[in-house]
Amino acid sequence: MSRVAWYRVFVVGGAIALLEVLCLTGIIDKITMQAPHLIVRDLYRMLVSGRMNGAIMKTLGNTLLALGLALGVGIITGALLHRWRALRDTLDPLFATYYAVPVFAFYPFFIVVFGLGDLPQVLIAFMLGVVAVIVNTLNGLDRVPVVLLKTARIMRLSPIDTALRMTLPSAGPYLLTGVKLAVAYAFIGVIGSEFIMSRGGIGYEISFAYANFDNATMYPLIVLILLASVAINGVLSRWEQKLLARRGMR
Amino acid sequence: MSMASLGRLRNSLVLIVALVAIWQGLYWWVGDVALASPLATLRYTAKLFATESFEGHLFDTLRAFAIAFALSVVIGLAVGFWLGFDRLSGDTLEPMIVSVYAIPKLTLYPILLLAFGLGLSAKVAFGVLHGVIPIILFTLSAVHNTKPILLKTGRVLKLSRSQMVRWILFPAAIPEIFTGLRVGFALTLIGSLLAEMFASQRGLGYLLMNGIGLHNVELIMAVTLVIVVFAAAVSTLLLYIDHRLHRRA
Repeated sequence: MSRVAWYRVFVVGGAIALLEVLCLTGIIDKITMQAPHLIVRDLYRMLVSGRMNGAIMKTLGNTLLALGLALGVGIITGALLHRWRALRDTLDPLFATYYAVPVFAFYPFFIVVFGLGDLPQVLIAFMLGVVAVIVNTLNGLDRVPVVLLKTARIMRLSPIDTALRMTLPSAGPYLLTGVKLAVAYAFIGVIGSEFIMSRGGIGYEISFAYANFDNATMYPLIVLILLASVAINGVLSRWEQKLLARRGMR
Repeated sequence: MSMASLGRLRNSLVLIVALVAIWQGLYWWVGDVALASPLATLRYTAKLFATESFEGHLFDTLRAFAIAFALSVVIGLAVGFWLGFDRLSGDTLEPMIVSVYAIPKLTLYPILLLAFGLGLSAKVAFGVLHGVIPIILFTLSAVHNTKPILLKTGRVLKLSRSQMVRWILFPAAIPEIFTGLRVGFALTLIGSLLAEMFASQRGLGYLLMNGIGLHNVELIMAVTLVIVVFAAAVSTLLLYIDHRLHRRA
């Protein structure tokens, strides 16, 4: 492990130790927060007992659905827009300001239109993710070297072969950036909307536990989400770095 | 006005007209129960602005947002410059800050509520939590990307650290820092609105959630419209300044 990695472990470990001390000495009282070792214990018990499995599966299912939709629609739209210059120019202001608009503000509207089911949550997560995928797909396609496409034409590759052998490997790292963002956004969208108002899922369980002062459920769930999102993001980032390094872009 | 900006203006106008047309089409399709027409929403918005209680909510949101954004800028710039200067702390903390960016921060809100209590301070804290991260990251990378020749000149002139920031790093980094401020602006707005949606008795986010309870479609659409128009307008303006700064640099 490098020195910087050790420092990182040290910073995180130090922060947890500090919390532990603050909790045990009672500077942070029990109603506000439990000591970290108790949170870990509760998390372990919760996972072993399986009482949150339903909520976890529901959240995961909705996240995957939204992610799949965002990737499918985003990549296809990106590829089409790349061909259709005029439409792309028209949509450009939308893409530029899209992430300045709080997508969650549409959630109450979706609830009123579609009812309080899974659809509004999936829609919010999809809306958050899809534009990141489109923008990164366009970015990747823009950067495919012209010489590769010319080579493909000389070798008389079919459009499908050109896409699979030339365009996709070349645009790969950028597509992966889009995927990484879409994963994060799908998580944020589903859990966030569950949290605001819903009938089930991890976000719902956290807000339910909060409303009932049930710290023994709330903190372990929060830690579970933190661990899951940091882990997934870490894996994807590492993969992205590797692809970039292989292309000599680092 | 140049040809390029004329083209952008035309594109934006076409886009706005298209979005309103889609909205109207949807309204004709699903009808009055679920949707208000663009015209009805505009009328309701005008009526809303005339009421005194709405002004209170609007003012509340704007105040929380303004305080949160000011804090985000100050903290973000300070931390960003520190991490940019101090290579070791930067390398250690940057990946951690990046991963905070990807977590659903809404789940942390109960902790903030327990720490700050229901009210303005929790809202502000949540806005800062969202907005400060891009400002830190962009400032950090701006400092890293400063041309070495400028830093060397500063060292030759024996500038102190604060003079270095004031006269060399800050002017050189302005375009990139501004991009950070632009993203931070959007995220702070999202943060303060989300905080209001989850637990609050005041503000636009509260009005939105209240609209669900009352099944008041017009209210929900009017408030959503106000938020979207405000966010899009300010962000377009910031984007314009951003482009100009980058072209000058």
